[in-house]
Amino acid sequence: MEGNLNLTLKIWRQKNTQTAGKFETYQVSGISTDMSFLEMIDVLNNRLIEEGDDPVAFDHDCREGICGMCSMYINGRPHGPNRGVTTCQLHMRSFKDGETITVEPWRASAFPVIKDLVVNRSAFDRIIAAGGFISVNTGNAQDANNLPINKDNADDAFAAAACIGCGACVAACKNASAMLFTSAKISQLALLPQGQIEAATRAQAMVAQMDEEGFGACSNTGACEAECPKGISIENIARMNREYFSATFSSK
Amino acid sequence: MTKIDAKIPDGNLAEKWTKFKSSVPLVNPSNKRNLEIIVIGSGLAGSSAAASLAELGYKVKVFCFQDSPRRAHSIAAQGGINASKNYQNDGDSVYRLFYDTIKGGDYRSREANVHRLAEVSGSIIDQCVAQGVPFAREYGGLLSNRSFGGTQVQRTFYAAGQTGQQLLLGAYSALQRQVGMGNVKLYTRHEMQDVVTIDGKARGIIARDSVSGALERHFGHAVLLCTGGYGNVFYLSTNAMGSNVTAAWKAHKKGAFFANPCYTQIHPTCIPVSGDHQSKLTLMSESLRNDGRIWVPKKENDTRKANEIPEDERDYYLERRYPAFGNLVPRDIASRAAKERCDAGFGVGSSKMAVYLDYAAAIIRYGKGEANKHNMYSPTDEEIQSMGKAVVKEKYGNLFDMYKQITGEDPYAVPMRIYPAVHYTMGGLWVDYNLMTTVPGLYALGEANFSDHGANRLGASALMQGLADGYFVIPYTIGAYLAAEIRTPSMSTDSEDFVKAEKAVRDRLETLMNIKGSKPVDYFHKRLGKIMWDECGMARSEKGLKASIKEIQALQKEFWSDVKIPGEIDNLNPELEKAGRVADFLELGELMCIDALDRDESCGGHFRLEYQTEDGEALRDDVKYAYVAAWEYEKQSIFKLHKEELKYENIKIAQRSYK
Amino acid sequence: MAITGLFLISFLIVHCGLNATIFLNDGGVAFNEGAEFMGTNPIIRAMEIVLFAGLLLHIFDGLRLWLDNKKKRPVAYAVVDGSANSKWYSRSMGLLGTLLLLFLIIHLKHFWYFSRLTNDLTEAHTLYNEMQIVFESPIVVIIYVLGCISLGYHLLHGFQSAFQSLGWNHPKYSPTIKSIGAIYAVVISATFASMPIAFYFHLIH
Repeated sequence: MEGNLNLTLKIWRQKNTQTAGKFETYQVSGISTDMSFLEMIDVLNNRLIEEGDDPVAFDHDCREGICGMCSMYINGRPHGPNRGVTTCQLHMRSFKDGETITVEPWRASAFPVIKDLVVNRSAFDRIIAAGGFISVNTGNAQDANNLPINKDNADDAFAAAACIGCGACVAACKNASAMLFTSAKISQLALLPQGQIEAATRAQAMVAQMDEEGFGACSNTGACEAECPKGISIENIARMNREYFSATFSSK
Repeated sequence: MTKIDAKIPDGNLAEKWTKFKSSVPLVNPSNKRNLEIIVIGSGLAGSSAAASLAELGYKVKVFCFQDSPRRAHSIAAQGGINASKNYQNDGDSVYRLFYDTIKGGDYRSREANVHRLAEVSGSIIDQCVAQGVPFAREYGGLLSNRSFGGTQVQRTFYAAGQTGQQLLLGAYSALQRQVGMGNVKLYTRHEMQDVVTIDGKARGIIARDSVSGALERHFGHAVLLCTGGYGNVFYLSTNAMGSNVTAAWKAHKKGAFFANPCYTQIHPTCIPVSGDHQSKLTLMSESLRNDGRIWVPKKENDTRKANEIPEDERDYYLERRYPAFGNLVPRDIASRAAKERCDAGFGVGSSKMAVYLDYAAAIIRYGKGEANKHNMYSPTDEEIQSMGKAVVKEKYGNLFDMYKQITGEDPYAVPMRIYPAVHYTMGGLWVDYNLMTTVPGLYALGEANFSDHGANRLGASALMQGLADGYFVIPYTIGAYLAAEIRTPSMSTDSEDFVKAEKAVRDRLETLMNIKGSKPVDYFHKRLGKIMWDECGMARSEKGLKASIKEIQALQKEFWSDVKIPGEIDNLNPELEKAGRVADFLELGELMCIDALDRDESCGGHFRLEYQTEDGEALRDDVKYAYVAAWEYEKQSIFKLHKEELKYENIKIAQRSYK
Repeated sequence: MAITGLFLISFLIVHCGLNATIFLNDGGVAFNEGAEFMGTNPIIRAMEIVLFAGLLLHIFDGLRLWLDNKKKRPVAYAVVDGSANSKWYSRSMGLLGTLLLLFLIIHLKHFWYFSRLTNDLTEAHTLYNEMQIVFESPIVVIIYVLGCISLGYHLLHGFQSAFQSLGWNHPKYSPTIKSIGAIYAVVISATFASMPIAFYFHLIH
């Protein structure tokens, strides 16, 4: 054994969307502090396989904090105890020997559980499909430097565009609101001159889709911003609200 | 036997693409509506191709194994994207980008393809900016550029350390726009299991819905594989956990040739392995080599801490060996040099399999620069340090944070430890100039094909190629095929070929489930990875490769008799998915070794110990090996070699020198 | 919520300012004059209707939101570490609002009902006198102080939240808005709370 952490894991197990789930308790030992949280789950899963049990299903892919696929609600917080990191970048040095760790899936009616810790986040794709783009077909673009953009605006747009669509904002919000996710895209495009033309229709369409998907309303607790692994600011929500109000007032 | 014809247009190199575009058959809009295209994979190549083709009016279906197209691993590319815009007025041109790419690829890529890539590179930047991709900008509002390994101009566009993410999200937005308009149908959490061919043409696929486990048949007039590279054959790589070769490998077994499988890029700047538990490796952008200095101690087995080793006892081996390019030599050279130092006993860190990447000098340099800017005539050391760190933070902050997150060490205070890791595979499905494989109607785009990078890819060129293929090449070249398909109606998926293909897939999955052996899939994957890394990684030898082929064949047998897959076939079952992928990797690994064994030379990402110069540089053999090795699958473990001769009419082949 | 909230916030300034005249310690002369004006001026009486409408809207909107939002997470988390990412009062606006509503019923019964719906208000028995009488009871004083604490926290979140909801978030101005909100919440709730206390301990006559 290479490590020295012994942990008790309480993990949500659910066979599929239709059946009810429950917590199961597992012990893991010899966990190295250099392991990532997901590697710790790998250790558990390999043991479960060897014992003939079904391993814990969880979403993960890049394991370097950028694809946004990993999504565990650990000890009452999305992506666990550290700020600014995804579950895959959470390392076991953040836990103490003997600790009990509770792992749950993202919980929201708009994110139904598929299996164990895997949830369906396709609602996010539909929000983007509703308006999270600039309508420019391939080949229509002018020379890139014909459109100088104020550096501050470009930087702010980039900061909003850093969203990885993991859904931690929804998971953290007591209302399961997707305002931070939706506003990040609306904001990114509203900050750029290219995005201005469709700004009004975009804000209305994306907000309408967000509501239709069954996300809650925003009550400005700021939990989303605090838990966002990419530090997306709730300033974006304010900007979205501005865009949305002005679009609603000026629409025909 | 399928004859290899690259279908390169005649004429002057610089005019080939223009001429091709004006003479390629077109499909009229009303016919486009009736033509269906299947796109597998939603990375840069897949998303951009699907969006562009849907904009043209084709009916498109996109499949990805992740829960959203936005997760594709293009998202993890950090450094940047090249384009020969010459915005910096530093002498860049289409020809120079073309030349650098051919040279960087160690003269093993196709001239016509590479030139086309350089030609369309500028349009990619224009398109991305129009989509709202927030590239880094200067205070005047214009785009910023940085330099990258293997070039002497600044032609790399970037968005902090998240260029791939921003480009992918741009392409994803374009894709979702078409999804919203109903022009693209999206199938997430679906994995392609096989290509269906009818009368020798690709006519569809069999896909597995990962959630329900159901097998589905989908018809398409053409099938585009945009499924990325196969670096995960090494188990540990910078690829995502799910990155796999399955789609390409199934295509290979259905007749598509696999080209240059042995060309593997080992990226020099990754975070070293910390233990057996390691599931993947994390890359630190190559852009770090712009400002960081790479060194090891001059003394063997030096156990002092980095900061305790005085300047004159440090060996800046890249600067020493390659004074002209220094720390900015191409990736293959930097990687091999690191391995050479570590193998010779100069490695650092607890594993001794790492070298230092040091920012101390850059911090001081930037600090002094800032002091100058602010008219501070005698800044204290602390002021220099703090201002310098601020500049470094602005440029590389997210990478430094990531390093700290993973290792627990502060890179602003102590040098980072880095070691090479498998990162990109230049090899892939053989394609002609139109990006079509040897199976008519079956295309391969992006990293999944072999075409543009030769034996080694330059930094910031993968994003360029993926988007070039998707946005600007396939929308034209696919017309050459589809113009002749307008009389082919949409086919029923109840035909015998579809039924047979589905049954074969089902049988294979059931066979896997029924092995009920004793070892998890990872056990086999790790063993395969170790064989590949040791014998088909940074250095290869005839003896090692021959032994590896035998070992892999034995491992294949063991896998098919002893793998243990839990769970059910008709439910979400990540282990079953993994098993299917590893089964294909086991076959690919064998072919990689066969290819590496065939190539009795060293070039780019392929280094044979028997073929090196006296001072340890790669020794190419342009007389015997200036060809693309395109392998045809005949039966289990039997592959037939076809050679596509590489003709260099515009570039004089020379020994690559970065000295 | 934001618009009705800001409206109620502006009302509280008037209400608090007027009531604070009791601290002039003039035996309620200024206060009674103000109360008389508020009770008889037709514009103010009309505004009273708007005020009630705004209040009801705020309450119904709040309850609807609370019920709606609850449905968005049908299966609750087993463990929630809310304090790690937000303030308890930000997460408890529904609860604080409900407490405020209960307090408000008591408060309206005490004074609004007395001054508007009974004929007990005379020159001999002014609203000021009524306050003196009501705040003799220690239980009432405690209820009022608790009500004011709820109000303080409700405002502490509500003030800046209203600006955020209306899209007024700016790196330059938001810190100021937040500070003003905090000062406002503390001043308003402390001033209100000091009134029953002052009466109870006969600090004013």
